Amino acid sequence: MSSTENSLPGFLALELDGDGAHPAAWRAARHTPAELLTGERIRATVLAAESAGFQIATFSDGPLVAGQEGHAGHDVAGRLDAVQRAAFAAPLTHSIILVPEVDTVFTEPFHVATQLASLDYVSGGRAGWLVAASGTEREGAAVGRAKVEGAALAAESAASVEVARRLWDSWEDDAVIRDVESGRYLDVDKLHYADFETGPDFPGTGYSVKGPAIIPRPLQGQLPVLAPLRLIGGNGLEDGGLNVGGPDSGIDAVLVRAREVSELAAEVTRIRGLFAGRVAVIAELDVVLDARGQSAAERIAELDSHTPWHSSGARYTGNAQGLVEVLTEILATAHGVRLHPAVLDVDLDELARLVLPVLRRRGVLAPTTTDATFRDLLGLDHPASRYAAVEKQSVDF
Amino acid sequence: MSKNSEIGNGFVPSGQLQFGVFFQGVNSGTVWKAAESGSQTDFDSFRHLAQTAERGLFAAFFLGEGLRLREHLGRPHSLDVAGRPDAQTMLAALAAVTDKIGLVATQNTTYNDPAHLAHRFSSLDLLSGGRAAWNVVTTDNAWTGENFRRGGYLEHADRYRHAEAFVETAKRIWDSWEEAAIAESETAATWSAPGSIREVSHTGQHYTVEYAPRLPRSAQYRPVLFQAGDSPEGRDFAARQADVIFSAHPAYEPALDFRRDIVARTVKAGRGPNDVQIMPASEFILAATAQEAVDKKAWVRSLQIGPQQAIAYLEQFWGRELSEYDPDGPLPEIDPVVVETSETRGSGFHGAKARQLADQWRAESKDKGQSIREFVSGKTSRVDATFTGSYTDIADTLARYAKSGAVDGFNISPWLVPTGLDDIVNHLVPELQARGVYPTEYAGSTLREHLGLPVPERPEQGGNTTATEVSLQLAVAAQQL
Repeated sequence: MSSTENSLPGFLALELDGDGAHPAAWRAARHTPAELLTGERIRATVLAAESAGFQIATFSDGPLVAGQEGHAGHDVAGRLDAVQRAAFAAPLTHSIILVPEVDTVFTEPFHVATQLASLDYVSGGRAGWLVAASGTEREGAAVGRAKVEGAALAAESAASVEVARRLWDSWEDDAVIRDVESGRYLDVDKLHYADFETGPDFPGTGYSVKGPAIIPRPLQGQLPVLAPLRLIGGNGLEDGGLNVGGPDSGIDAVLVRAREVSELAAEVTRIRGLFAGRVAVIAELDVVLDARGQSAAERIAELDSHTPWHSSGARYTGNAQGLVEVLTEILATAHGVRLHPAVLDVDLDELARLVLPVLRRRGVLAPTTTDATFRDLLGLDHPASRYAAVEKQSVDF
Repeated sequence: MSKNSEIGNGFVPSGQLQFGVFFQGVNSGTVWKAAESGSQTDFDSFRHLAQTAERGLFAAFFLGEGLRLREHLGRPHSLDVAGRPDAQTMLAALAAVTDKIGLVATQNTTYNDPAHLAHRFSSLDLLSGGRAAWNVVTTDNAWTGENFRRGGYLEHADRYRHAEAFVETAKRIWDSWEEAAIAESETAATWSAPGSIREVSHTGQHYTVEYAPRLPRSAQYRPVLFQAGDSPEGRDFAARQADVIFSAHPAYEPALDFRRDIVARTVKAGRGPNDVQIMPASEFILAATAQEAVDKKAWVRSLQIGPQQAIAYLEQFWGRELSEYDPDGPLPEIDPVVVETSETRGSGFHGAKARQLADQWRAESKDKGQSIREFVSGKTSRVDATFTGSYTDIADTLARYAKSGAVDGFNISPWLVPTGLDDIVNHLVPELQARGVYPTEYAGSTLREHLGLPVPERPEQGGNTTATEVSLQLAVAAQQL
């Protein structure tokens, strides 16, 4: 990865949550409200995304914007588990990378690591992890814990990512030997204790995780880990956040927002410079397109009349041709862009017909590759287990 | 105990059997040394078994749960199959490539949070169109706890009290959405009807939950509950809470005794005599003729327990290395160095009085003229759990279980992955169908329908259950026994 310019074609990710990014999207969906929470819905959306040429599908989780205090039930209040949605999509697809958002604050790190490694197996190495850490009072109360904020939130994320990274290394790639002669299914020398412990400065209740993992090493060795910029150390945080690169709490791709579309490319360039090419940079963009004989602005006005859309990110509102130009500009510097369509059933059609084909013809958008791993897409090698490297001088057992 | 047919308490045999398949993923039951032995982790292995089972109209596909890798003499145990995926993640993937079969995940109450686990099961249940089930298990050892934030916090004596409060909380989460909570069309005023979703609140000894459940009920209302514990506490827990027991009593007479015991406990708990079904764990070694099956069994056993596994099995009781002993010779004359602990942790052996056991085993193997390997093979293979014979003979044997109601079906552990169900589905199932004791089509689209289980009623009381109320409910339940 060079530090500021993208020499290769970029990739596009699509957020597949619910009926779309707009809280009132369910009113414009092409199915009954209850049909949202079914396998059929996942099948339809992920296949549409794959055939449109998106390289990545993400599956949001965490607290629902609409189902919050005061607005309970007004808009979609149900959401299937993100890892399960990605797992369900896995055997139905062949090229699209599947990236669930998974909490790092209130969820047992051992379970998170096992679930994500399992997703890598069922998807044939097409799995990633979008780190979530909202730490809200409501999420905490579900498991009897208090809310977590600020630097503590970043520290929790970093610890959870490090646990997963260590557990994913705790079986070397070739630990399952099936040696009939010696009667050994496993080579015990290739299994290692993770021995994770939170440090003395850990702001929450410290903990440890022993290992080894309960599942062999993921097919990719390490799943690519994505995180929003705010969880990375050095961004207004004191210490203890996620790192870029590196084997412990290092992430592989950062999600970058800007307030306005016009600021997005510059922000991406700034972040690329900041991290000096050690991490892929993915720009976040909300999208509303002209569709069904209505202008994007009219569509938004109609949806907003039901529930206003308060999104913190840049939003493109307009025709497909304009979006092609915006994406061409951003992909000149970003490795990828993640799109959040206002209404999946409407905007995905337009993207598939009028936007992605043009980007591909221009050579701005990478082709999709059947059976390639997420690491392949990011240009990352298959990493050796950290424990394999020090095997000779350390005594693990 | 009375003889055979009369089970009593109003129990009525269904006359039918259901099959489940248990993909083990650990221990010596799965042969990994044969040419046909496939991957234990590739999705294709799971898909092949699940789709074969579905072709054979199996009610359920089971997965176990790993929380800590089994160890032997202080290191991971290397001789048996090990390393398995997260149950619900795998089942979510299998939901996409199957249509009818039930999907059962073993999940521990000790190292999960009620709100998270109930949510994940709801999710699997909705994704699969009402085919999910939870096999409820408990654990309490600090050694397993080393992999979790909460550590080993639970006393052995508390584990079922804890589990029961956990299951009660999960049920309240699944009860929380009214049936028609979600709007019928996009023109409705709100996505969910106001007041149609109850919040769940629980304050107890081990955890506190304040939760707004995020998923509606499924096509089968809520996941089916399996339970596998065999202690008196475990049986009572099942009698109060479970739909199906994954039992350890497949031999005919013990199965009848177990049924009688469970029926009595279920009725005492205020439920109907047929409300809890029983599916014992079992292994099938089948062939066209009885003699071929016997030969096949010898081959399977030699692959399940090789010389190294035989020695390792003894080492876990002796607590020391025994590699200098000949697997084809007699049991070691030296005494165990441990008093009463197992050195293969995570394998389910607890508190065996090692020296006493060693004396007993030496005498037993001497009487039978068995080598270490023969002796261990006998010990590990659960003789009573194996049905060995021709397809027709075994079909006759199983028909007897169906007629008396000794069991409701069998949960089959294939000794070969991924092809270990092929002969059962191709040859045994048609024989059972010809005898009228096995389904000829799926009863419906949900697991509850396959098993003929009633749809639970949503309790009237909503709102919050405090610790006091839960304790009270438990105390009442205890008094009734």
